[in-house]
Amino acid sequence: MSMVSQPDREAPQGQQNEQARYYATPLVNIRSTGDGYELVAEMPGVNKEGVEITVENGQLALVGHRRPAEVSGRRIYRERREHDFRRVYELDPSLDASRVSARIDQGILTVKLPKAEAVKPRRINVE
Amino acid sequence: MNIVRYQRNPHSELPSAFNRLSNLREEMDRLFDTSFGPFFGSTASFSGWAPALDVYEDKDQFTVLVDLPGFKKDEVEISLHQGALTISGERKQESQGKEEGLRSERYFGRFQRTVTLPAEVNAERVRASLQDGILKIELAKAEEAKPKQIEVSVS
Repeated sequence: MSMVSQPDREAPQGQQNEQARYYATPLVNIRSTGDGYELVAEMPGVNKEGVEITVENGQLALVGHRRPAEVSGRRIYRERREHDFRRVYELDPSLDASRVSARIDQGILTVKLPKAEAVKPRRINVE
Repeated sequence: MNIVRYQRNPHSELPSAFNRLSNLREEMDRLFDTSFGPFFGSTASFSGWAPALDVYEDKDQFTVLVDLPGFKKDEVEISLHQGALTISGERKQESQGKEEGLRSERYFGRFQRTVTLPAEVNAERVRASLQDGILKIELAKAEEAKPKQIEVSVS
């Protein structure tokens, strides 16, 4: 069972993704549960409206759009990056992409990836 | 200016004994910080985790934003002492139980950040709020620290 991460770092010169934007890579903890995986991603500044999760061609893309900070005045000291977050994972075929679920609370995005239910053995009728 | 940027070291798991050492180092750093003028410095905890913060200023107040995803308001302590704002807290490690952790990048444990503000603030007028994992602390400037208009009289 493997989950290969393909982190999209902020694009250096020459490399752009489809929207020509730079993204920050969120920190993610992965753990395996009894029936699949759970990803916990840190996306401060992202609320439910800002989350965009897509599954396409066996790839799971987690994107979080940050709300711009509503602060008055000018910034005099900066450490935080205000890029949106993006991280892409290769999904193991044993995972059921149609049953991916997610929730976000206080900037923590939790994604559950259940394994596909085992195909039950079935009898083949002989004509 | 003594600014320590937070480190990307996802697998550091220093024992809690280092936290006591870090408090001593915090005090030492703070002493040196306040003697370095004219601007502020901020210190990071020795144990390897320091949430990122920004500082904004307008004519009436300072605003400090700290990225603290997953924190509840009673898990963060904020204190102000002689112009130095200290934010601290602890993120407990997720309990493993029967689940197995496959990849652990998130920081956990105690953190402490101290920001020395470049102008005096009114300790009675500090507000803090937590939304979407961002802690926002607003500190009103003391009256003496606000910019004043000077009238020129022409005789």
